[in-house]
Order: sequence, then C-alpha cells, then structure tokens
Amino acid sequence: MQKMPAWADVVLIPLISVLLASIISAIVILAIGENPWAALKLMVSGAVGSSYGWGYTLYYATNFIFTGLAVAVAFHARLFNIGGEGQAMLGGLGVALICLYIPWPHWTLALLFATASSALFGALWAAIPAYLQATRGSHIVITTIMFNFIASGLLNYLLGNQLKPSGQMEPATASFPEPAHLPTLNDIAGLFGSDLFRSTPVNVTLLIGLVACVLVWFLIWRTRLGYEIRAYGHSESAARYAGISPNRIIMITLLISGGLAGMMAINNVMGEAERLVLNAVEGAGFIGIAVALMGRNHPVGVLMAAILFGFLYQGGAELALWTSIPRELIIVIQALVIMFTGALDNLVRWPLERVFAATRSTRGAE
Amino acid sequence: MSAAPAIELKGISKAFGPVQANKDISIRVMPGTIHGIIGENGAGKSTLMSILYGFYKADAGEIFINGQKTEIPDSQAAIASGIGMVFQHFKLVENFTVLENIILGAEDGALLRPSLAKARDELKSLAEEYGLNVDPDAVIEDIGVGMQQRVEILKALYRQADILILDEPTGVLTPAEADQLFRILERLKTEGKTIVLITHKLREIMDITDTVSVMRRGEMTATVKTADTSPPELAELMVGRKVLLRVEKVPAKPGEKVLEVRNLNVTDDKGVHRLKNVSFDVRAGEILGIAGVAGNGQSELLEVLGGYEEATGTIRVNGQEIDLSGAHSDGQSRRARGIAHVPEDRQREGLIMDFFAWENTAFGYHHDPAYQQSRLLMDNNAIREETAAKMERFDVRPPNPQLMAKSFSGGNQQKIVLAREIERNPDLLLVGQPTRGVDIGAIEFIHQQIVALRDQGKAILLVSVELDEIVSLSDRIAVMFDGQIMGERLPEETNAQELGLLMAGITDTDRPHSVAEIEENLANAGVGRAEVGD
Repeated sequence: MQKMPAWADVVLIPLISVLLASIISAIVILAIGENPWAALKLMVSGAVGSSYGWGYTLYYATNFIFTGLAVAVAFHARLFNIGGEGQAMLGGLGVALICLYIPWPHWTLALLFATASSALFGALWAAIPAYLQATRGSHIVITTIMFNFIASGLLNYLLGNQLKPSGQMEPATASFPEPAHLPTLNDIAGLFGSDLFRSTPVNVTLLIGLVACVLVWFLIWRTRLGYEIRAYGHSESAARYAGISPNRIIMITLLISGGLAGMMAINNVMGEAERLVLNAVEGAGFIGIAVALMGRNHPVGVLMAAILFGFLYQGGAELALWTSIPRELIIVIQALVIMFTGALDNLVRWPLERVFAATRSTRGAE
Repeated sequence: MSAAPAIELKGISKAFGPVQANKDISIRVMPGTIHGIIGENGAGKSTLMSILYGFYKADAGEIFINGQKTEIPDSQAAIASGIGMVFQHFKLVENFTVLENIILGAEDGALLRPSLAKARDELKSLAEEYGLNVDPDAVIEDIGVGMQQRVEILKALYRQADILILDEPTGVLTPAEADQLFRILERLKTEGKTIVLITHKLREIMDITDTVSVMRRGEMTATVKTADTSPPELAELMVGRKVLLRVEKVPAKPGEKVLEVRNLNVTDDKGVHRLKNVSFDVRAGEILGIAGVAGNGQSELLEVLGGYEEATGTIRVNGQEIDLSGAHSDGQSRRARGIAHVPEDRQREGLIMDFFAWENTAFGYHHDPAYQQSRLLMDNNAIREETAAKMERFDVRPPNPQLMAKSFSGGNQQKIVLAREIERNPDLLLVGQPTRGVDIGAIEFIHQQIVALRDQGKAILLVSVELDEIVSLSDRIAVMFDGQIMGERLPEETNAQELGLLMAGITDTDRPHSVAEIEENLANAGVGRAEVGD
C-alpha cells in the first residue's frame, strides 16, 4: 500500500523542505540585521534573472549533475559512495594528463578522450574501496571518505612537484593548449549571432551531462545490469537466490559511480579552468550526495536538484558580492537546504503521510 | 447466571488507513475455559489481541475484564488487568538466565538480589502448581524452544496473569512439544486460568479448545462450542467457501533418478556443521518430503541445491555432476540445469518486495532471451504481458502486474513465486515451506499445483515444518535432525508420533520416550536457535 501519491513524494516533499530551509535562512539573515526579502531578490536576479546568471547557475549545475548521478547510481545498489570528491579530483588528473601531453588536432577529439580518461581515473579511484567492500567487507562509507583525503594528498604532491611547470609558484599545471579548450555555450550561441550566456563558463559539458542523465535512466530501468543492481540494492539475500553475484554488482556499480564522478572534471578542469588547480572540485563531490538525496536517485530528480544547487551557488556568490552578508552565512544557507532536503527528510514526510492517510480514510468512509 | 466473562469485547473496530482490520467485533470468553480464535492470515486475529494487550487503540468499542469496563492504553495496563501474552516470537534476552528473564521489567527495587530470591521462590511454587518445570539458572540460548516458551508462560504467571493469550504457540514446536504444551494449558485451565489460543491450525482447535471463534476479513463470523463443530465446517467459516482439506492425489509413478545427493556437508561461517553426510535421491514423478523442526539443516540443503551455499560432497542432476566448489552464487547455472526453486522465505529470497510483480516474474530468469529486447535492454513489455498471463493462470489477486510485491497478501505472493518457478517446466522443483503464512484457500491451490507438476513426471523436493503438509503431499518422507537424515519413511506406513520422534533425533522409535528425554535431545543439538519465520 502506497502511503501517499507519487507526485507528493517527488514534488511536494522537496518543495516543502526547500521552503522550510528558506524560512530558517530568512530568520538567520534577519538575525544579522539584513533584509531577507532583499537577499532573496538578489539571489534570484543574480542566479536566474539574466542569461549571465543562468550561465553560472548551469555551469555549477553541470558539476552537480555528474556527482549527483554518481551517488544515485551507487545508491540503487544501496552503496553509499561518499567518495565523489576524491573521484572527481582524480578525474581532473585524467583530464589534465590527456590535455597536456597529447597534441590534439581538434577539441572534439580531445573531449572524447578526456571524457574517457576522466571516467577511467574516477573509476579506478573507486575500484580500490569497491574491491575492499566486495571481498573484505570494509565499509564503503569509511573507505571512500578516506580516499578523498588520499586523493587530495596525491594531487597536492603531483601539482606541487611533477605537474607544475618549472618556475611557477602556484601548485597547478600549465594551461592546456588551445585545441584542448572546450567551446562555451556562449561560443556556440555566437555561431547563431546571439550573445547568450555572455562570458560565463557553461560549456558543452552540460550537454554531456544531459546525455549522462538519459543513459543512467536507461542503465537503471531498462538494462539487465540495472535490474541486477536494483535487485541487489533491495535485497542481497534475494539477489543471491537469483544467482546475482554480490561481488560483481558491488564492483561494477562503484566503477560506474566513480566514473561518473570523475567525468565532472571535463566541466571544471577542461571546460572552465583549462588547467588543473589544487582543490578544483570545491566540494561538488559532497554536494552530489545532497543532490542525489533530493532527486530521489532518479536522473530527472538529480537534474532538477543540480539546478537548484547551481542556483544556490550562484545566488550565494551574488549575495557575497553585493551585500555585507558574509560568505560563511551563504554556506549556512546551503547547509540548511541540504539538511532539510536530505537529512531531515522524515521531518516533512511523516506529517505529510499522515495528512494523506487521513484524507484517504475520510474519503473511504463516505 | 454464571460468573461474568473473563474477557468481553463489544463492538471493537480498528482501521489502518483504508484497511478495516477489525469490524465491530464482539466476543465473550468465559473464565476457566480455553477459547480458540481461528482465522486466516490477515483475518484480524493479531490486531484484535494487540488491542486487548494495549498495543493498538481501538477506533470504537469497549473492553470488559471480569465484568469491569477497562481501558487498556498500554501493555502495563494489560498486565495490571491480569492479561498475559505469549508472543509467536519470544521476547526473551538470549544470554540471560531463566530467572533474570522472568524478573525483567518486574524488578522490585534498584538491587537485583531480593527480586531474584523472591522470583526463585515464586517459580518453585508455580512449577509445583502447574507442572511447569524449568531450571531457573539455565541460560535461554542453551535451552530448547519448548522450554523457552514455558519461560514466556511463567513470565506471564509471575506477573499474576489470570488470562493468558497465546499467539500461534505451536509454530516452532515438534509434535511432542506441542502435546506437552497442551497438557500445560489443560492444567492451567483446571487451576482456573482463562486461555485464549490464536492459531490457524484446525487440529489444535479441535484438540484443546472449549469454544472457538472464527474470524474472516476483520469480522467475527461465528463463535461455536468446539464439541458442536468439525474441521470442514470451521474451514468453510474461515474461507467463506467449501475447502478440500486433504490433498487429492493418485499413487506416484517414480521414474529415473533426477537428483542424487551423496555425502553432502556444509560448514557455516562460524564453523558450525550444518549438514552432515546427507545422502538421498529424488526420482522423476515423485515428491520427497523433508520433515524436521526449523533450523535442522533444511534451509542449508535448499541453499546448496539452489546454488548459493558452499558445500562438499556430490550432487548429480539427471546424471550430471554439479560443481559445488566456490559456488557462492551459482543460481544461474542451476536454473540452466532445470532446477527451479521456491525458497523458504519468499520475502527475503523469493521476491523483491519493492519490485513490481512483473519485475519479480523475471527474477532469477532475467537472462532469458525471451526477456531481452536487444543485447543491452530488457523487454519490459514482454515481461509485463507474460506476468499478466501467469497471474491469470495462477489466480493471483489482484491480477495487476504493476503492483509491488509487498502489496499482495502472503498467499498471492507465494503464487507469484510458484507461477514463476513452475511455469519454467523444471526437471526438479525445490519447494521450501510452500504454504507458510498462506491462507487456507491458497494452500489448497498451491498443493494442487505441486501435485500436478509431480504427475507431469517432474521430481519434487519438498521441505516443510508443517508435518501435516509433509504427510499429505509426500510420496516418501525423510526426516532431518541436526543436519542429518534420521531416516526415511513412507507416509502410509508411518504416523505423526514416529515422525515426531525422528524429528527430535530419536531413531529407536519403538521404545516409549519421555518428553523430558526429547527436550534434552533437542536442547543438546541446539535446535531451535535458528531463525523461525512466521
């Protein structure tokens, strides 16, 4: 028996959660003596009020699409991949190596190989925790989170020593050569004589992200592998009965998950920075967890949640720029949204379920 | 006029959302009687008793205890009114002693010693009064299931219960232990206690109760004197139509050996020997029934045959040896060999409760080319259509492939599993607990399907803890105890008593045996500590 209709689960709960988070954020903003209404107006106009704002919002959203999908895919096997951050860092390494050391004739080829390389690096970084989980039962949450630190240390070392051009102070690679630069959506709009997304970093990776959403949907709901992943996720004992190997599912699922997280790097490293810098991921790996939670692990939900978080990122940056609301408070607002949509899901769900149960029983009694 | 009823319920109603679990139920249980409440799964028996014990609050209705109108908001209030409950799944702390379990929640003060001393004296007098002998210092996990149940009864008596409610008390007992329990209940009755026995087993109702109430779909359909009724009449009242209680079948015509099992051994992760040199054959066109108390290696046997438990030994199917090495999850190759498996626990193994019915129909056979649209994609429409057809043939209600497995009743869930496995036309069908938690109407249907498959010349290995089911379905019966096969019998040449002794590990079945001896045997083998399903 369904406790409430699907639309309430998918639309109403996230909506109420966001509303609650906004109310508390408004109270916090009031408390420091700012005007929450003005702040909201600024966020909205800054993030979605212009094609410039949209450009940034969508750029951030692209990052979150990949990390959100990564968490969502793993979650279908009830594997909690907290390692998106580290996997995306390694993906960046994969992109950098491909772009720096191979002379590409055209960006399309570079993109193709950089995508493959980023996915491969991300997947390999997930492979070690996956193997430990499958064969030794080492908990994936612990190992992946530890691997984030190892990834950070590894990149610190490589960027500080091997990959840094001699004579440069900053721990970063050299800029990628021109043919490895991805066209931004503004460049593409320019072909049609439009100035959409003026000088914003949103680039062709967004389209790859959308394709990834579709592919993940096919993987999870239409392929045999997705069927096995979901079966294993719902019931390991039943999966064993059906002849589905748990070890195989754990390995494959986390490789896909790690690959998706790694692919984020084509957006931020290849598409935006055009070189690999330290801390390029900027927490997007963790935001992916919230995005997947809010998006109910469905690609469409992930896409919507990614855009919402893109809005929060861009809107937050605008707040920091134009008001005296400190940057830390913007993180507080983002954290509130994560908390309400993710961690405090049941806070909204239980009362809502009761409301639906009550309305149904009165209807039943008539 | 005689004394006031020990329990009187008037117009009790309880709804869970749209489901009316109890509808205007009225019942009178007279003091000093054993009152049976019988009904199919989901008929509302447990809900009614939960209301009486304070777990649920009734939407409407009144409760009278010994003629007094009583409010029972929680179990504390129920205990205070003299009601004791023995649950199907015992609520005992495994590593506490009997005495510690008995005082748990009824300690007199901050220090344990005085309570324990008082309980020890009390226990002694209870033992004398009711013949309930238990070693107060035994640790729960070391004693058998029958003994544990006795501790539950003692817990209730220690809290001065005058009314004892027992929920499906014999589900986990051997026939001998069940007899012993009934003797205790008789004794409690003569000492003036009132007993409510909830069960779905007609035989128990006929054996022990004075009065019986029948529930169907949340309603009380009848309350009759047990002496004035008969099993067929009760079955009809429970189901709402005439039911065949015996399985109709012609003698088996056994053919070639389909399954040969030789010296099968299984040792689990903890190093416990679960199967010990198990050997047997199943021929085409016969049903071999494996009887035994739950937890004696039957589950492991099915898991090994189904390909998801490692073992040593030899298994041949149609003369071909099966690879047992490292077979952690080899279910696919077993299916390819013509082995179909209806697992013991449909909710944990046979079905994914959060999958749609159609997804469950492909489960385990999802590599079947008929289910693929292309190399990568599954043909979900084909699976849906096939599911609809199967649901029609197996009378699954509601016949909607788009419902999740968890929204079907136990019997209909089992039919979904059976349809999937039987319609694969296997050479060998493994069936574990085919009718556990299944209502009588569906039991009849499921038994017919199994016998029909046998009559098509298929080999069937049936594992069940319901002795009646084993005896009525099997062409041969093997009894398992402590991981071994204790013996094989023909159903027409044996009886419940002999099988009961074999189930307790006693092979010299000609000699008379005391219940104490049987219990000791069971306890020594550690029987009954394995999980028990409902």
